Amino acid sequence: MTDAVAGLPPRESKVIKYLKGMALIRESVVGMIGLGLIVFWVVMALLADLLAPFPPNATLYPLAMPGQFVEGMGTFWLGTDHLGRDILSRIMHGSRAVLIFAPLATFCAYVVGIPMGLAAGYRRGMTDAVLSFVANVILSFPVLVLYIIIIATIGASAVNIVIAVTFASAPGIFRIVRGLVLDLRSREYVFAAETRGESPWRIMLVEILPNARGPLIVDACLRVGYVIITIGVLGFLGLGLPPPDPDWGGMINETRQMAMSFPHMTIFPCIAISSLVLGFNLLADGLREVSLRD
Amino acid sequence: MLIFLVRRLGTMVLTMLVVSLLLFLLLEINVASVAIKVLGPYSSDEQRQLWLEANGYLEPFYVRYFTWLGNFIVGDFGSSIRFKVPVGDILWPRLGSTGILGLATMMVVVPLSLGLGVLAGMKEGSKLDRTISVGSIVTTSVPEFASAVLLSAVFVFYLDLLPGTSSMTDGFSLVQLSLPVMVLVLYDFGYVTRMTRASMSEVMMTHYIRTAVLKGLPYKTVIMRHALRNALIAPFTVIMLQINWLLSGVIVVEFFFAYKGFGALLLEASLNQDIFLIEACAMVAVFVAVATQTLADVGYTYLNPRIRFA
Amino acid sequence: MSTKQEYEGPILECRNLSISYFTRAGEIPAVVDFNLTLEQGGSVGLVGESGCGKSTVAMAIMQYMGSNGGIVGGQVIYKGRDLATCSEEELRQLRGNEISMVYQEPMASLNPSMTLGTQLMEVPLCHEEITEKEAYDRAVQILADVNLPDPERVMASYPHQISGGQQQRVVIAMALLSNPSLLLLDEPTTALDVTVEAGIVELIGEIAKKFNTSMIYISHNLGLILATCDRVNVMYSGVVVESGSVEEVFDHMRHPYTKGLFSCIPLPGTDKLAHPLVPIRGQLPLPHERPSGCYFGPRCDFFEAGRCDQAMERGTTPMHEVTGRAGHTVRCERWSEIDWESYKPEGVVAHPSERGHEVLSIDNMRKYYELTDNSIGAMISGKRVRYVKANESISFKAHECETIAIVGESGCGKSTFAKVLMGLETATDGDVMFNGKDVAELPVQNRSPEQVGSMQMVFQNPFDTLNPSHSVGAQLARVIRKFGVESDPVKIENRVMELLDLVKLPRDFARRRPRQLSGGQKQRVGIARAFAGNPAMVVADEPVSALDVSVQAAITGLLMDIQHTYRTTLLFISHDLSLVRYLADRVVVMYLGQIMEQGTTDEVFAPPYHPYTEALLSAVPIADTSIQKKRIILEGNLPSVMSPPKGCPFNTRCPRKIGDICETQVPPFAEDHPGHIIMCHIPMADLRAVDPVIVQVDKDKSAAE
Repeated sequence: MTDAVAGLPPRESKVIKYLKGMALIRESVVGMIGLGLIVFWVVMALLADLLAPFPPNATLYPLAMPGQFVEGMGTFWLGTDHLGRDILSRIMHGSRAVLIFAPLATFCAYVVGIPMGLAAGYRRGMTDAVLSFVANVILSFPVLVLYIIIIATIGASAVNIVIAVTFASAPGIFRIVRGLVLDLRSREYVFAAETRGESPWRIMLVEILPNARGPLIVDACLRVGYVIITIGVLGFLGLGLPPPDPDWGGMINETRQMAMSFPHMTIFPCIAISSLVLGFNLLADGLREVSLRD
Repeated sequence: MLIFLVRRLGTMVLTMLVVSLLLFLLLEINVASVAIKVLGPYSSDEQRQLWLEANGYLEPFYVRYFTWLGNFIVGDFGSSIRFKVPVGDILWPRLGSTGILGLATMMVVVPLSLGLGVLAGMKEGSKLDRTISVGSIVTTSVPEFASAVLLSAVFVFYLDLLPGTSSMTDGFSLVQLSLPVMVLVLYDFGYVTRMTRASMSEVMMTHYIRTAVLKGLPYKTVIMRHALRNALIAPFTVIMLQINWLLSGVIVVEFFFAYKGFGALLLEASLNQDIFLIEACAMVAVFVAVATQTLADVGYTYLNPRIRFA
Repeated sequence: MSTKQEYEGPILECRNLSISYFTRAGEIPAVVDFNLTLEQGGSVGLVGESGCGKSTVAMAIMQYMGSNGGIVGGQVIYKGRDLATCSEEELRQLRGNEISMVYQEPMASLNPSMTLGTQLMEVPLCHEEITEKEAYDRAVQILADVNLPDPERVMASYPHQISGGQQQRVVIAMALLSNPSLLLLDEPTTALDVTVEAGIVELIGEIAKKFNTSMIYISHNLGLILATCDRVNVMYSGVVVESGSVEEVFDHMRHPYTKGLFSCIPLPGTDKLAHPLVPIRGQLPLPHERPSGCYFGPRCDFFEAGRCDQAMERGTTPMHEVTGRAGHTVRCERWSEIDWESYKPEGVVAHPSERGHEVLSIDNMRKYYELTDNSIGAMISGKRVRYVKANESISFKAHECETIAIVGESGCGKSTFAKVLMGLETATDGDVMFNGKDVAELPVQNRSPEQVGSMQMVFQNPFDTLNPSHSVGAQLARVIRKFGVESDPVKIENRVMELLDLVKLPRDFARRRPRQLSGGQKQRVGIARAFAGNPAMVVADEPVSALDVSVQAAITGLLMDIQHTYRTTLLFISHDLSLVRYLADRVVVMYLGQIMEQGTTDEVFAPPYHPYTEALLSAVPIADTSIQKKRIILEGNLPSVMSPPKGCPFNTRCPRKIGDICETQVPPFAEDHPGHIIMCHIPMADLRAVDPVIVQVDKDKSAAE
């Protein structure tokens, strides 16, 4: 079809166009640092089996006594925990859970929040009133209270965490999308689509949603960071992924009783989780900065 | 304005009612499990049936809900399964302790973040702005439990300046309060700072600020009289809504520092399936959240003459 | 008030002023080699299209350039002092006290959370040693001076509580409070309706006399410059291309750009056949892509290679004095060689209208919106539902190949009317017959693709009319598919190309995103989109009002040409009476949702007028020195559609009100000729006796132009 019209340059593929847009992040130092942090952890997660010096769940006696702080960069870079497991290996393996479930949960929340926001912002009236009220009811719970009640009731597992995050975050996404749609729906190109009799869902999905993507991508980055914190907090409170598989929040929870005598057991997982969240937050800030320029 | 107030209060009551219904559905729809939670797993079926009958659990659902709601409104939350005392007796003192913690945090967060936010927003893109902005991103990236660990390591382990727990067994202690407050401030101030900065820099770019400068007003007057008045409306709302977030934060902090507060109580109740305590704690938390939200809305309307005199 | 020292000599001088912005892409020169001398009590206009640097000059005079702008050469000298050498504190004392400014958007220029009184009083309070009481009294006095009714009430109000015109009067009052020596006005009426604009323009004229203030008036509208200034600088792409007294420049312009600008604007008294518009070809160069030598070179008909594109010492061609004409300078190497007498550029193609069969017939159409009032008062009185009469008794007909103009100010119901036509709203009452079928109560979802495709719209805002997320070609293809014109992908692609050819855009624009297009190009795509379904009728809602005049001429020409080719009925919604006069066959004048007058263009533009039409005509600024207008300034504010006046909707502002009957009874539709209908109580004989608003005084002079 492209070749049907002579004299036109070849069409650029959508993927290349998108990547080119993304490459703008190079212009933001902060954004690049954020991206670097994220890439670092993604590599860690992907190559954990190759890079980690020890199996994550193995007690390493006689190399180390459980609970002993082993100095020396050679064997245990970050020391061992209360059960004598290598902390570095556990952190590397633990990044997998976080990097799978945080983006997944955020994605699910968007899948629920976006259509609701589109419908409320575009149709307004009763649809908006009902959806907004539902969102307000959910948002009136302090977030962690909501998580604790949900997880305490349905039990702690990876799937349940995804469900809880979706339930608790979708209203926030709903609000953002609704606000953007209320602004975009008065544009003349939406009016033009209406005058040619397009269906409401086509207008919402094809005419409006693509123009809201900038703020939504920034929001998604922030939200992934926040979900990582949430998963960490749940782990820390003992409501996270069940042991023994490493989970950063859980690692802190298990060892915090010993933090006064062996701070290394808790500090390194703390640094890991903070640096990953920082990565997403900095990336979001960089994206926002770049998007404001044009 | 009056109509607005009435309408807002109406929404607030309606929200509370829906929340109460949800909670009741979630926790008490299955009467058998209520009996198990109260009498323990080793009770017999007859015993459970006896208890259910004695406590009116065989009535239809809506009767139970309204009875429960009626009791709730007059302050009768039932008895805690775990502590074996009326919920109110443990809830109120715990809420007081958390109030102190929250108040102390807000007293630091509000001036700190407004000050930093205004400084950063006054000159967007300046060195000071970048420093404050990136600084606040960094601090909000450290979750409360992580900063609790890190700060404890520094102040308790290495410096030995502050106590590592804040159980306050010997009465109220400012020293014991300082670490929890530090943790909460560190996590919360960044967000308010960034919102204030955004609001301030937006105001600084408006035409009316240009008008004020070109009127020949001194820079100080431009900032104090023209900019702040408009720039602080949005952060006011953000601060009020921050109270909702603070309620999440105190759970972690109280748990970590063994502070005898509301957050720790809620967590304990949830982990032990102490349903009456959960209900009471959740309703109180939601009430605080909804009330501050209402206050934020009303305040926003009051502060904004465009809406006040519409 | 007279603390300022007396100063002899020019109030303001700009000498070889150059201003640049510094961005990531490097230095971008905004204004180059700008010279200006303003004498005591003088008024000078800066005129040019968007991006020519006129507002930048004003900000440089105020020494308020933002963080990325700066003066890179030359001086700004105010009363003998070089402003660049002044400290921040000295500048502060000048601003608002000696030099003050009036801005384009009055609402945005006032602090929304402070009372107007506070904002006014702080000017004298910060510049002079006076008490609050004195400051208050002076503020009240100055509000009365700018003809604001009830100054005390205004003092206690917040900006949003008064109308746009009143806000601009407050801003002007604020600027005058300290009796400044220099007043800068940056597009002060652009955001206002034309009848409100007329009031502000008159006020500015009064101020000049009363306060003996020197003024710099910045505008894109030549007509306004004529009404307010005695000297004018025409700017193009960051340089002044021609400077002189208003009469000199308007009547004996020497620069090809000035000439081009005047050929782009329709003048009243002419129409498309007698005086076709001549668009300037090409596009304004981006600041960092300006050609060497004369910046206008690539667009100029008199361009001479090797001479006009010679790189110059100052970056561009220097100014030349026009011999024998004191004070008239022009930035053109060839000004003395051009023979304007024999210069007959080709204008846009215009065709006499050939009226065909009836396409649209609207009979007594009404559109009311229901408003539910939730206040306690309304609940008690039981009147909870109120009606907003957006359109009332609309009746007119349109024929094939005819151009009908709908004229009116904001809130007159034009947009509602367009929505009913397009089927986005349904009429409350009455008939809308389109191609023989009643579509009044047929929403767009229930219309057939042919029906939808045969009535399409061209929108106002070029930056908003195309979806930024999709390519131009994809958007056109969608319309073609939607209207069922073609379904085969190859045929669709070919049709897209045809449409691009039709609006004279290169074919590779199909692959472009809207943000890669200029405003005029986007509007061309908007036109192509409207004509994709071979429409019988196109509704154009202010299609050129957001464009620069040189682009306006081209787009107007294009629209008329396509309309003629397709024999389309064009419903042209506009507030620009000069343009309407130029292209319309029939005119419908609307006010507060009702038709005040309708008739052929010649009938509406000559007596008998409806008093509103008369006021509207007199309010239009005209850039022609040979035209004299009656001055009719409407008092009061435009009433809200929510609570329109009883009787005649215009009675609250009508200068010809004849008595109680206007306030109590809805006027009848009186017919002068068949088809020329005026809705007024005044007897037709009296209306016929009214003098024409626009008179050409010197025929010879205008014929020479």
